[in-house]
Order: sequence, then C-alpha cells, then structure tokens
Amino acid sequence: MTPPVLEVAGLTVTFPGAGGPVPVVRGVDYAVAPGEVLGIVGESGSGKSVTALAVMGLLPPRATMTGSVRLHGEELAGAPERRLTAVRGRTISMVFQDPLSALTPVYRVGDQIAEAIRAHRRIGAKEAERRAVELLDLVGIPSPRQRALAFPHEFSGGMRQRVMIAMAVANDPDVIICDEPTTALDVTVQAQVLEVLRTAQRETGAAIVMITHDLGVVAGLADRVLVMYAGRVVEAGRVDDVYHRARMPYTRGLLGSVPRLDGGRARLAPIDGTPPSPGALPPGCPFEPRCPAALPECREAEPPLVAAGGPGQAAACVRAAEPVADPVADPAEAAEAAGADPGTAAGRADGRPERAVVLRVDGLVKHHPLVRGAVLRRRVGTVRAVDGVTFDVREGETLGLVGESGCGKTTTLMQILELAAPQRGTIAVLGRDTARLRAGDRTAIRRDLQVVFQDPLAALDPRMTVHDILAEPLRAHGRPPGPRVRELLGLVGLEAEHAGRYPREFSGGQRQRIGIARALALEPRLVVLDEPVSALDVSIQAGVVNLLAELKERLGLSYLFVAHDLAVVRHIADRVAVMHLGRIAEIGQVDRVYAAPAHPYTQALLSAVPLPDPARERARRRILLEGDLPNPASPPSGCRFRTRCPRFTALGPAERDRCVREEPEVRLLGGDQGAACHYAERVDVM
Amino acid sequence: MVTSAERPAGAAPSAADQDAGPPSRGRVVAGRFFASWQGRAGFALLALLFALAFAGPALSRWSYTDKDFLAFLSPPSADHWFGTLQTGADVYAVTLRGMRRSLVVGLLAALLSTALAAVVGAFAGYFLGWTDRALTWVTDLLLVLPAFLILAIMSPMFSGGQWPLFVAVLALFLWMVTSKIVRGITVSLKEREFVQAARFMGVSPARIIFRHIIPNMSSLLVVDATLNVSAAILTETSLSYFGFGIQPPDVSLGTLIADGSPTAVYAPWTFWFAAGLLVVIVLAVNLAGDALRDACDPESGRSR
Ligand code: SF4
Ligand code: SF4
Repeated sequence: MTPPVLEVAGLTVTFPGAGGPVPVVRGVDYAVAPGEVLGIVGESGSGKSVTALAVMGLLPPRATMTGSVRLHGEELAGAPERRLTAVRGRTISMVFQDPLSALTPVYRVGDQIAEAIRAHRRIGAKEAERRAVELLDLVGIPSPRQRALAFPHEFSGGMRQRVMIAMAVANDPDVIICDEPTTALDVTVQAQVLEVLRTAQRETGAAIVMITHDLGVVAGLADRVLVMYAGRVVEAGRVDDVYHRARMPYTRGLLGSVPRLDGGRARLAPIDGTPPSPGALPPGCPFEPRCPAALPECREAEPPLVAAGGPGQAAACVRAAEPVADPVADPAEAAEAAGADPGTAAGRADGRPERAVVLRVDGLVKHHPLVRGAVLRRRVGTVRAVDGVTFDVREGETLGLVGESGCGKTTTLMQILELAAPQRGTIAVLGRDTARLRAGDRTAIRRDLQVVFQDPLAALDPRMTVHDILAEPLRAHGRPPGPRVRELLGLVGLEAEHAGRYPREFSGGQRQRIGIARALALEPRLVVLDEPVSALDVSIQAGVVNLLAELKERLGLSYLFVAHDLAVVRHIADRVAVMHLGRIAEIGQVDRVYAAPAHPYTQALLSAVPLPDPARERARRRILLEGDLPNPASPPSGCRFRTRCPRFTALGPAERDRCVREEPEVRLLGGDQGAACHYAERVDVM
Repeated sequence: MVTSAERPAGAAPSAADQDAGPPSRGRVVAGRFFASWQGRAGFALLALLFALAFAGPALSRWSYTDKDFLAFLSPPSADHWFGTLQTGADVYAVTLRGMRRSLVVGLLAALLSTALAAVVGAFAGYFLGWTDRALTWVTDLLLVLPAFLILAIMSPMFSGGQWPLFVAVLALFLWMVTSKIVRGITVSLKEREFVQAARFMGVSPARIIFRHIIPNMSSLLVVDATLNVSAAILTETSLSYFGFGIQPPDVSLGTLIADGSPTAVYAPWTFWFAAGLLVVIVLAVNLAGDALRDACDPESGRSR
C-alpha cells in the first residue's frame, strides 16, 4: 500500500465558550492515499468544516488544537506559519463554499491565478499568465483568454467556483480540500462543477477531501467516506459499505431521512430530536438520545471507533458488530415491501380529479425595470422575471414549483401573495380575481391563503412569544386565540408549555413548525410554502416534510410548494411545474414528469440531482448543460433554453430554425404532462 | 386550600394554567422585569417615591400652604421634620408637594414624547410617500423652533393649575430627534420577513406598526424614555428656576431648588432635600429603564 499523502490523527479543536471551553472536534483520525477521494459528511455543527480548517492551519487564533496533521509524513500541527504558507496552495489547497470571499474583488481573475502560481514557483510573469489561461480552459471557462481579464464579480457563482478550482490546482497540489464547494450552487451548476473537479483530479492526480452535507454528492464522487457526528467520526469505510451496510444507527438514520429523486412517496424516516450542542454533550454515545437502537450500556461510555463490517469499515457503536439490512435498497422495492402501492399514483395519471380550483394563475407577467446609475437613474432594460406563467392548483392538491435561482419562482409567489392586480395576466385565488378585489375582500381572502417562509427565524417576530405569534392571525381576523394556540402547538408536534418562549429558544426544525402552526391558525384552504425545508439539516428536514404531508391529508389543504430541491418536491407534491427563465418549461403529474421528463431542461435538471446510492450514481449518464443562465434582461429569441439545450444541438438546421424563431408554449403530451418544447420527447433519465 | 386538594388530579394543572393566563408578551416581559434586581429595586424605589409624594403629606400636620410664623428658616426638628423655609413654610410638606408635581410632569412628559416619537416615526417610515413627507415636515419645523423661548413666552398660561398644558408643551419639544431615528429603523424593519408575513396574514398596517415595528425597537424607546424623564424633570427644573415653569402657588422640585439655592450654604435643609430627591428619582427611573430594556429584549442573557 502506498503511504498516505495526508494523515490526521487524534485531532481535537476547542473554542472558548461562555460556559468553559467547547470541544468542536473531539478526536478525528483519517488518512488519504494519493489520488483517493475521501468524503466527509455530517450535519451542521458536526465539526466537519472545522476539521478542514485545522488541517489547513487556518483556525482562528482563539481556537486551540491538539493532535497531528502529517502531509507526506511532515508534521504540520504546530509548524511555524512560514512553513504552512509554503505548503498551502502548493502541496495542499482548498476550495471554499463561498468563492466570492476567497477571491480578491479588485484584481483580475487571471492575475490572481498567476499570482498563486508565482507565489510558489520561480517562473516569469508571461509564463504564469499563459498557465493561468490554460487552467481556466481546463475548468471549462469559455473564451478563457478574455475571461482572464475580468474581475470576480463579473462571473456567476458557478464560474467563480471554477476559478477557485483552477486556483486550487494551479500548483499541482497533492491534496485538495473542498469544503461544501457546491452547496451554494444550483443543481445543474453543481453537476458542472463536480465534473470539473473530477477532471481536475484526473489531470493532477491529487487526493481530494470532499466535505459536504449532501449524501448524493459523496456517493458519486468518493471512494471512502467518513460520517461525522458531534465532533467525532462515527462511521468510516468504503462508500458502498457505508451506504449499503452502515453499522452505525446515525448513518442509517441519515440515509433513511434523505428524500430521494428515485423514491416513491413513502414516508421519510426522520431522526428524532436534534443534534447535541457541542458544549453540552450527553454522557456515553452522543447519539444515544436520538438513537432508535439504543441500549442501556450506550449511556455509560462513548463507544470507540472499532472495525466492523466490510474491509476498512469502522463504526463507533456498541452494536457495530450486528449485521444490518441495507437502508439504500431500491426505494421502489422497499415501498412495495412495506405495502405501499406505487401504482396508486399511476392510477390517476390520466386526467386530474375534478375538484374546485383554489388558485389559478393565467399568463402572469412581472417585469422589473433595470436601472443603472446612482445619481442619474436611467432605465437600461427590463428584467423579465416572470413572463407568461400559467398553472392552477386544485383543492387538496400540492403543486411543486421548482427551478433554479433566477427562474422567477419567488417572484411568482410574491405576486400571488400580494393579492394585487398583476402587470399582465390574471391571478384568481379561490375563484376571486385579484385585480377586482376591494380591501375588505382581500382581508377575507388572506384568511384562506397563508404562507410559510424559508427562514423561520426571519419570519417570526423575535420580540414575540410563541403564544403571541400564533394568536396574531387569529386576532387579526377577529377570533379569540383562547385554547386554539395549544391546539396548534399540538398539531405541529410541539408542547403547549413552549408557548411562553421566544422563537430563538427553539431549534431550526421547531421554529419551522411554529411557522407552519401560524399558517394553519385560521384553517386556510391554500398554503403557500416558500422553500420551507431548505434551511434545515436532512435529519430535521424529513420530520418537517412528513408533518406537511400529514397535515395536508388531515386538514384537506392545498399547497403551492416552491422549492429548488427536486427530491423534496417528489416526496410531497402531486404535480410539479418546472420553471426556467420566467416561463414554465414543463408541468404535470409528479410521477409522470420524474419518470419520463419531456423537456430537455427538466431532463438536465433531474439528471443533475445526485442520488445517495453509490452504484446507481456512478452508473448514471449525466446530461450536462453548457454555460450559464442567459441574462434575463435579454433572453434568447424563440425558445429561451436554446443556448443551452442539448436537444437543440442535435437537431438539423431546418428544425433548429423553429426553436430560434418561435417561442414554444406548453403543449399537452397526453395524460397530465405538458412541456414547452417543439420537440418534446419523454426520456427516462434515472 | 381544601378545595384545591379536592379537585381531581388531572384538572389541577390546566386550571392553574388558566389562572396564569396565556403567556403573551406582556406577561413574559413583566416576569423578566421582576426577575432582575434592577427591575425590583427600580420599581420599589419608584413606588416608594409615589407613595411618599401622595400619602406622605398626610403624616405631617403642616400642609404646603401653611406658614409657621414662629419658625423661619429653622433646622429640622420634631415639629418640622425637614425644617422650614425663610417664609416659614414646612420643608417636608413643600418638598413632597414639589416632588409630586415633578414626578408627574417628568414621567408624563417623557412617556408622551417617546410615544409621539415612536408613532410619528413609525407611521412615516412604514407608509412613506405623502404621510412621510408631511410628518417629516412637521418634525423638522419643531426642530428649528427655539423651545426654551417658546416655553418661557407661554409660561403665564401654565398658572392656575394648568400644569397638564405644560406637560404637553414640554413633550412637544422632546420627541423630534428620536422620531427621526425611529423612522430610519422602521424603513429597514419593514423589509423584514416577519413584517411581510404579518402583512400576508391580513394584519392591518396600524396593528403591524404597534405590534411588530414598535416592539422591535423597544430597547431604543425604553432608553429614550428613561433619558427623557431626566430631561423633562431637568428642563422643568431649569425653567422653574428662571420662573417660567410651574407657577406659584404650585411648587415643583425645580422651584424649590431655585428658592433654596441662595440659602443652601447656611441652611442646607432648604436645598438638599429637594436636590436629593431629584437624584433619587432619576436613579430609580434609570434602574427601572435598564431592567425594562433587558426584559423586552429576548436576546439578553437571562432567557428563561
Ligand atoms: S452506541 Fe448505542 S446509542 Fe450510540 S449509536 Fe450505537 S446503539 Fe445507538
Ligand atoms: S424548443 Fe428547441 S431549443 Fe427549446 S427546448 Fe425544445 S428543442 Fe430545445
């Protein structure tokens, strides 16, 4: 076996806290072989990012670190700063989550890369510049020679991340540490960036340490994986072993709680409770309070990481030796085995049930003026945020509105919530046209139309107690709050005793439950959910998704569910509408659209979502989109997707002409599925 | 006690909860206020001062209008607890009477001006447009008017028990700067998601202002009100010192200090009781204000 490039042993990191030192990392060991990809997964607060910073020697000065970090056998822990600077960027480099903060805004991108090269190598300026352009080309930046002269803010998020990767590989490092490199990016861009990372790794032969919370990303990229919880590694092993034969209940729980693109609508299995705070760990196994398999002895001592299961696999659990079932079995099979009938959805595939329409949006248009200049403000164009969107939501139905950032989904939602006359088109809520509402009617409609926001901490008044927050909609509509507040808390699984607390005393998942309870206070008919779970960790998210599904069944609600996460939508929605650049690309019944999307954009989107299943993920063929989203102020003529459309490239010149000249409208493809593409064709992309 | 023991076990807690009432903001803030020593001390001190101001005179056989022609400028004795003035008036009686006026004037003027600042600023910032322009114009106008001069000119109108008018005019000249700060904060608060959430829930604008916007700057307002109490009392004191504030026969701490200052050196009781009480009032208000600010702020330390 080749000696490892990077070896971390007994790493601990402690931050000073109000109540004494807080151990954030409590003994992490790992080794990375040359050319290997090691995934480190964990939820927020698990210590995974701090571990990376410690390895790079980038911890803030108030943190104390012990243990050893060896790079090619050389001890870096406690090494003088001069030595670390020499190593950083040369032998070991890092890609951060937020590339904008890692690039200097006032220097040209090409110069920054050249600078990074010249910091470690004695080469001429010309030579370094040439190399910078080469690197930009390697990471797939179009026309690299010109783009090298641009400033960081002129790049999109995805392009910036490519620049970061170019910089990271500039000196042929032996290890690249990536800390959530794609978390801030849209899925199609994430797929591109991951592909670039693969290329870069192939070119340089570097080992990669991939830190992420996304189990899908790790499944497709990593050879080995570490699972972190409460500052420790709780499970380690080859990807296939860990995903299919996890020995640690936490790993299994995590895998079970991820909503899956290829899953049916089976209930997710959330992990109860919340991760412990690093300052107040329970005695014994830190996962014990949440563990479904806990034994009395789990509370006595923290179980060490012991070899169990496959070769190189280890788990920190007293029950590690017990064989287990595969949590990542084909979810469709699992659903069948559990008695759920995947056919129920297919049964109503044709035609939707005839129910009252609670929300109808017809040809909605919202254009923002694009103004420049601070003193003399002049209009330089129009952003067509929403440009002719049509859909409806029926009673008891959930419509998932998905799309990447800038597609206009949030604008659409705000237009609906304002209950004002749109610029063009109509919005009818519960059969009432919003253009013809008087103030009184509007208040009456607001009772039946409620909203849940993405970030519950921002959406709940920090100065109000939970009781007042829940009583507010009731009071506003002239109803006595009385016992209803307790009822609502019970409905969302919180205790009535919590009514006297402030929102910030709750965890993220609980806060979102308060947000949901408030939305339900008036027994609305339509609830608009704006990314309600995207700010939550996976294990918590599952609980909230389940709650939403359950409430909908029980109370007969209709949801308009806006999200960028396609897997979550698959779990909760009956129908899905995919938006692209202010228009609907595809709309239809969830199972039909996910099984065989017809619009090339939907296909690309679905194929870009990583599956938390190593074998399937590796076997998948990705449809990668070229380039960036076009500028919404000047979308391409005809079909707005044509600049990136893989199908368009495959068409003959005569057929292409139609895409260029004529803007496609949503066309029904039989059953409840329609796509806005002249050459729509259903393709299975799973 | 017997009845509560006889109640079925299950019903007891819910009945107890009902008694406690819903844990709304007011209750929680009150609870937190009294949980801190500053809150308790400030409140106790203020309560004591009020009790003294209103019930205290009854303990002495002298009233503030009485003159004891047998004792001019006599030091504290069993007969005159705080001594007498040059006019033969009982210092205990007039000081309490003066404090009563000063307390009421100070607290009322402070509350009034802070409330005015909050309401005007919040409405201007929330509605913007014409509301904003009109309110800002009024604010600016009042800012440039010479307050002291106007109060001085108006002083004849305050005689004959017209002190409420004095309070109103005093408050009218204290609120403008705070109002401008409040307006600025409101403009940014308005964009916050919880305000939008309230709007989408169908909560009326006035309700949003009073239940979301203003409570979210309660720290600022409490601090402002605390400072205003001192400011109002001191303004009243200085006006009275020049003879423009509270008009005789009414007395305030200000008029007393003004009258007592010439004799303060050789007859300290004519001055120091009034001055001492003024300091105690300001101190008590500041203690209570600090505690209230912390109690309103869910992010401050003691959270449960
Ligand atoms: S040690 Fe016990 S509590 Fe911890 S994960 Fe294993 S079974 Fe669960
Ligand atoms: S209309 Fe043409 S360019 Fe547009 S999605 Fe279809 S094939 Fe692609």
